[in-house]
Amino acid sequence: MNREEIILAIQDIIKTIAPDEDVSNLKTDVRLREQIELDSMDFLDIVMELRKRYGVQVPEEDYKELATLDGCVTYLAPRLAGKSLKVGV
Amino acid sequence: MSADRYDALVIGAGMSGLAAGIRLAQFGRRVAVLERHALWGGLNSFYKRSGRRYDSGLHALTNFARPASKSAPLQRILRQLRLRFDDLGLGEQGTSEIRLGDLSLAFSNDFALFEEQVARAFPAERERFAGLVRAIRACDPFSVVDPSASGRAFLHEHLRDPDLVEALLLPLTWYGSAREDDVDAYQAVILFRSIFLEGLARPRGGIKPLLDLLVRRFREEGGELRTNDGVAEILCDTAGAARGVRLDSGGELLSDCIFSSAGYVETRALCGVSSGEADLGRLSFVETQRVLTRPSASIGAARTLLFFAESRRPAWRRPAEAVDVSSGVVACSDNYASNEILPHGLMRITCLADASAWRGLDPAVYERQKAQWEERMCASVARFTADPRPHTLAIDCFTPRTIVQYTGHLNGAVYGSPRKRLDGASGVHNVHLIGTDQGFVGVVGALMSGISMANRQAVVAS
Repeated sequence: MNREEIILAIQDIIKTIAPDEDVSNLKTDVRLREQIELDSMDFLDIVMELRKRYGVQVPEEDYKELATLDGCVTYLAPRLAGKSLKVGV
Repeated sequence: MSADRYDALVIGAGMSGLAAGIRLAQFGRRVAVLERHALWGGLNSFYKRSGRRYDSGLHALTNFARPASKSAPLQRILRQLRLRFDDLGLGEQGTSEIRLGDLSLAFSNDFALFEEQVARAFPAERERFAGLVRAIRACDPFSVVDPSASGRAFLHEHLRDPDLVEALLLPLTWYGSAREDDVDAYQAVILFRSIFLEGLARPRGGIKPLLDLLVRRFREEGGELRTNDGVAEILCDTAGAARGVRLDSGGELLSDCIFSSAGYVETRALCGVSSGEADLGRLSFVETQRVLTRPSASIGAARTLLFFAESRRPAWRRPAEAVDVSSGVVACSDNYASNEILPHGLMRITCLADASAWRGLDPAVYERQKAQWEERMCASVARFTADPRPHTLAIDCFTPRTIVQYTGHLNGAVYGSPRKRLDGASGVHNVHLIGTDQGFVGVVGALMSGISMANRQAVVAS
């Protein structure tokens, strides 16, 4: 997956968790929790969906790497290499 | 994995057990929820008598919050369980009331009404009450330092008039205190928010559609609900760590992760571990439901909920007699705004009871005692609202004995142990408490308990 696809993947996961949120205008360099009302329990679901959809295990100590969309891209790019985007799951 | 090995087992298919089950299944765990009874729901269940369906526990769903309030507990649990707000079909309460002797305070889902009522009855307390509300709004009850801190002392820190403190304590104790003549301070904050700042509602159709929704979600996520399959024993290895359960049927299921909603003392007993007397709940209830020939409001019972006490210093303790009819709650299920037409009025009356006075009675004596106290409860309530007796179509009444039978809670203690374990520690390795004794009560509280304990475990395990 390239950068755009990883961002789409995260946006789609957020839409699954919080269907009312508008995810299309999220800034990539600002913390997700400052842009949408995600609490720590919702954040856990992003990690859960990454595992379910893409088989990526994110250990607790790495959660902080996923704070922004840019952070997600940096952290996930090597882990999602060769995998294809799944949206609307 | 062998057929009888699970990633997690959940004891009890009540609100907390089903919520924990849904979350664990969402995390991809192989999980079974084990329920001794034929029906799910636990403390908040439903049953049929003479062709009529009754809810056993539900007075009201507290914590009412609309979808825009995204950080409200109700909205948080809906997101976690992936349920839609509209699925609940919540009808909001009309007006409810606190009656302490001749003192009356009305409240509704519009907090301004309660503020006005307090200011009118306690003009000298106006500023201090506002300070209390600010403190409650600012407090994070989920990061508790001392779960045994006194809620009564907390209210007295902010207020001077003991009548106002007692008036506030009445609904707070009735809706979730396992502790005699007090309520835990963190619990007081949660309850004040959930009753006054958020509000009360009733799911369309009562508790059954909500329970069915949870069961459906659990199965959709791949969970296994086993009814008529109670746990007789939690099996521990020589080091004292749980490794599975033995069922009533004699079969064994294996798991090194067990969630139990059975209660602190009850769960430890399943492990063969004893507990102290101080951990045992002491407060139980007798509750009667009177199905009315007419809507409650038409006979003069216009309040959705009525918390009543004949004295300004009501007792919140195990009564000296079988039932204490001097205070209680009256809930009229047909006084919620709802798009559902209820066929009859329904008045539910709950009073404190002494479980020991209901044990070991000959069936005929038990029935006679129940009928006598039920009658006295109605007579007591008639001093504060309409007397349901002339308008009654059907009566169903439960006692501490019924509660013990259907929930397994010792002493029929609906709110469980007076000493809550917010970290879910049962004292037995691999066994985690959820539900009442983990410290969260009410429908939303119990769901939150199951969710948060399952989340914590999933993070630790990954």
